[in-house]
Amino acid sequence: MDLKEKLLSSFLVFENQVDIDSYVHDVRNDAIKIFEEKGFPSKKEEAWKYTSLNKILKEDYSVFPQQENAIEYKDIKKYFIHDIDTYKIVFIDGKYSSHLSQTTHDGIDVCLMSSALTKPKYRILIENYFNKAATKDSLSSLNTAFSSEGAYIHIPKNKLVEKPIQILHFSTGNESATMLQPRNLIVVDENSHVQIIERHQSLNDNPVLTNSVTEIFTNKRAIVDYYKIQNDNSNASLIDNTFIKQKKESVASVHTFAFGGKLTRNNLNFFQEGERIDSILKGVTIIGEKQHVDHNTLVHHIEPNCESHQDYKGIFGENSTGVFNGKIIVEKEAQKTNAFQANNNILISDKATINTKPQLEIFADDVKCSHGCTIGQLDESAMFYMRSRGIPEKEAKALLMYAFSNNVLSSVKIPEMKQRITKIIANKLGVNLGFDL
Amino acid sequence: MSNKYTEDDLREELKTKEYEYGFYTDIESDTFPNGLNEDIVRAISQKKEEPQWMTDWRLEAFRVWKEMDEPEWANVHYKKPDFQGISYYSAPNSKPKYDSLDEVDPELLATFEKLGISLDEQKKLAGVAMDVVVDSVSVATTFKKTLGEKGIIFMSISEAIKEHPELVKKYLGTVVPQKDNFYAALNSAVFSDGSFCYIPKGVKCPMELSTYFRINQAGTGQFERTLVIADEGSYVSYLEGCTAPSRDENQLHAAVVELIALDDAEIKYSTVQNWYPGNAEGKGGVYNFVTKRGLCEKNAKISWTQVETGSAVTWKYPSCILKGDNSVGEFYSIAVTNNYQQADTGTKMIHLGKNTKSTIISKGISAGKSQNSYRGLVQINSRAENARNFSQCDSLLMGNECGAHTFPYIEAKNKSAKIEHEATTSKIGEDQIFYCNQRGIDTEKAIALIVNGFSKEVLNKLPMEFAVEAQKLLEISLEGSVG
Repeated sequence: MDLKEKLLSSFLVFENQVDIDSYVHDVRNDAIKIFEEKGFPSKKEEAWKYTSLNKILKEDYSVFPQQENAIEYKDIKKYFIHDIDTYKIVFIDGKYSSHLSQTTHDGIDVCLMSSALTKPKYRILIENYFNKAATKDSLSSLNTAFSSEGAYIHIPKNKLVEKPIQILHFSTGNESATMLQPRNLIVVDENSHVQIIERHQSLNDNPVLTNSVTEIFTNKRAIVDYYKIQNDNSNASLIDNTFIKQKKESVASVHTFAFGGKLTRNNLNFFQEGERIDSILKGVTIIGEKQHVDHNTLVHHIEPNCESHQDYKGIFGENSTGVFNGKIIVEKEAQKTNAFQANNNILISDKATINTKPQLEIFADDVKCSHGCTIGQLDESAMFYMRSRGIPEKEAKALLMYAFSNNVLSSVKIPEMKQRITKIIANKLGVNLGFDL
Repeated sequence: MSNKYTEDDLREELKTKEYEYGFYTDIESDTFPNGLNEDIVRAISQKKEEPQWMTDWRLEAFRVWKEMDEPEWANVHYKKPDFQGISYYSAPNSKPKYDSLDEVDPELLATFEKLGISLDEQKKLAGVAMDVVVDSVSVATTFKKTLGEKGIIFMSISEAIKEHPELVKKYLGTVVPQKDNFYAALNSAVFSDGSFCYIPKGVKCPMELSTYFRINQAGTGQFERTLVIADEGSYVSYLEGCTAPSRDENQLHAAVVELIALDDAEIKYSTVQNWYPGNAEGKGGVYNFVTKRGLCEKNAKISWTQVETGSAVTWKYPSCILKGDNSVGEFYSIAVTNNYQQADTGTKMIHLGKNTKSTIISKGISAGKSQNSYRGLVQINSRAENARNFSQCDSLLMGNECGAHTFPYIEAKNKSAKIEHEATTSKIGEDQIFYCNQRGIDTEKAIALIVNGFSKEVLNKLPMEFAVEAQKLLEISLEGSVG
């Protein structure tokens, strides 16, 4: 039985377990129909031209991990940004782990999707926001059909959330292969500000497929900083679908740090529904082995006077493959739009591949839109300069690569987070950079 | 005209500007019944007195074509042509060759005169050999002698099939195979005529070779086939220019151009395309679905330059396969769309050899309700060491009812590849206009200046003979703006 059939039959079981009267029930049923009709995307679709899911769909995934798995904090401490105080929402094999988490209802809601979906007091919010940003593509629909657990964050008006919020998804690998479908909903009301860090981590080498959907709503003048750390095992695959709907004067930034995993696909979509909005999309990708990272971004400029800034850097070694597919749409009404997109890549191995497709679709005349894309190597004269001053080749290379990705790093607003990323990069490049930022 | 000439005025003018070269010559034509089947393909082949191998080649293409679907991926929307409603062969019926111009149908000559390409003038002045194609069969070839002395073969492809079958057989379909795509397959099956050019080893062609295409017969599609072969160390510059009469019915044009540059050879291929774009309501106009591709062997160079101002729908990607080491591919393009025109054009640079270089400069100007897309592919294969590409795509938008799109695909499989891609979209800046006004240049001139400057990089690449015509076409397309 292939994965699609398995998922379709599991849906019947799943449906009986969840609350049938809820609003979400109909949404789920509609979504499974879309998935049934469309199935998993194939390379024939333009958006999946360079990324094939065939290999990872072959595994016999268990769709509902049954047993409760307890993990000790000390074993997984390293995956947290632990040197600062944060809110934490931790999931183990898709199940909420209360002893590792630190949630709150004090003024803000940092809690669980499962309770938001079932408790009456959240009903209005769910009806207003749930599945209102996600598109009707097959993978997001699949997630919607099975949506039951994930992070639910609601920041009411005029709140500055003092601590960052960490969302961590662990998979124990106790089952031979696991498929996870977390669903996150983040609503930030007027004038509020929140910082969120998200990470998916598998704890052993059994295959994991995560198909995650995150919906973020930023209301008037809200500010959201979202960081994604993707540094998983070589058997873990992640399809991350993020949808951000922005109202006027809000600022949303998403930083994606893709350092590993078998296959990582980031579908990052921004919809600007108001004037004077700023959207920021940044990413660093450093991969090797046979890893595959695909960034698929969309910025949809609908109203006038908005901006978007995209900056993706990639370093590809060994047999890795990098894909960048960035699309900017500027509607007729969206005059005075400023949209920038840059994608710079370095290939450090003959067997690595880069496919990039920056796209502009512009229907307004008074706009400034530009995109730039480069593929190149490390600067030999810079290398020579450092080598002639006694810096070994490996370190010199690492320094250059670090500098290459620094543009993106420098806009990270949590210092501890920046430090952590620097360490991961140093680790990735196999050197001690000997400095902290 | 008032002295305050604004962009709005320009747009107003663009809207009402009628196609200047819209006239129709009545020449008795020898036209096949509408529709396409194996018999028609055989009949075309027979009519052209082709050898058996050619007939088989056409039939093979036809069989492939039958199985294919019309491509839909391009960013254009149009009413699909009814392939069974087209007559696939039409030739002026004064069939025999002429020794002098006096023998040519006078009406035909008048047509050329209106186009400003009177044959006698061309003969005397420009030093351009003309292989003039009206509808499908070439009726006059000039300067054959001069070329003959150098060993250059420049003739219609149907003659070449008869006179140089070994060359045609060896190269036809090697760059654009019959089954390459829907329109290439169709063209392979029914192509009526086109040009053939062979430059022998080490010969530098002394003049610009040129062909004027005209679509003339209502309801007939034109399926041209051009094959240019530059043998080792040779050089040729080839010009192609087109204008078509004003028609309400959509006319289909599906040409195939194949260029082969052997070791150390260089081919420069320039196109000025000004087919009927349809009227201001988007009615009528030519469908231009063209497959153009060149193959570069060692140290060879192919350079495509195009100025695209006409056609209702354009679907065209002149490409280079950089097979040999150190080969060079270039693509320079200006695409102007107005009213309801749609253009989806660009290039493919396939780097296979070592030290291969490619340059892409594409300028899109959209006005009215038109849609202008750049679609390009730069592919560096794993054996292409030190490959280099530079691409630049700029779009200029006039008014907020048009659209500009870019779809660049970049694929690198070699670590020594260096690729740069840049794209910008903008409108004519108020500050730029202001700057000019301040210095006593009126708005109309200022816009002309800016549009000219915007397309300069590409215009500069055109051969002298064409630069003037290109300028004319920009004038027609953006009348009132170019001074």
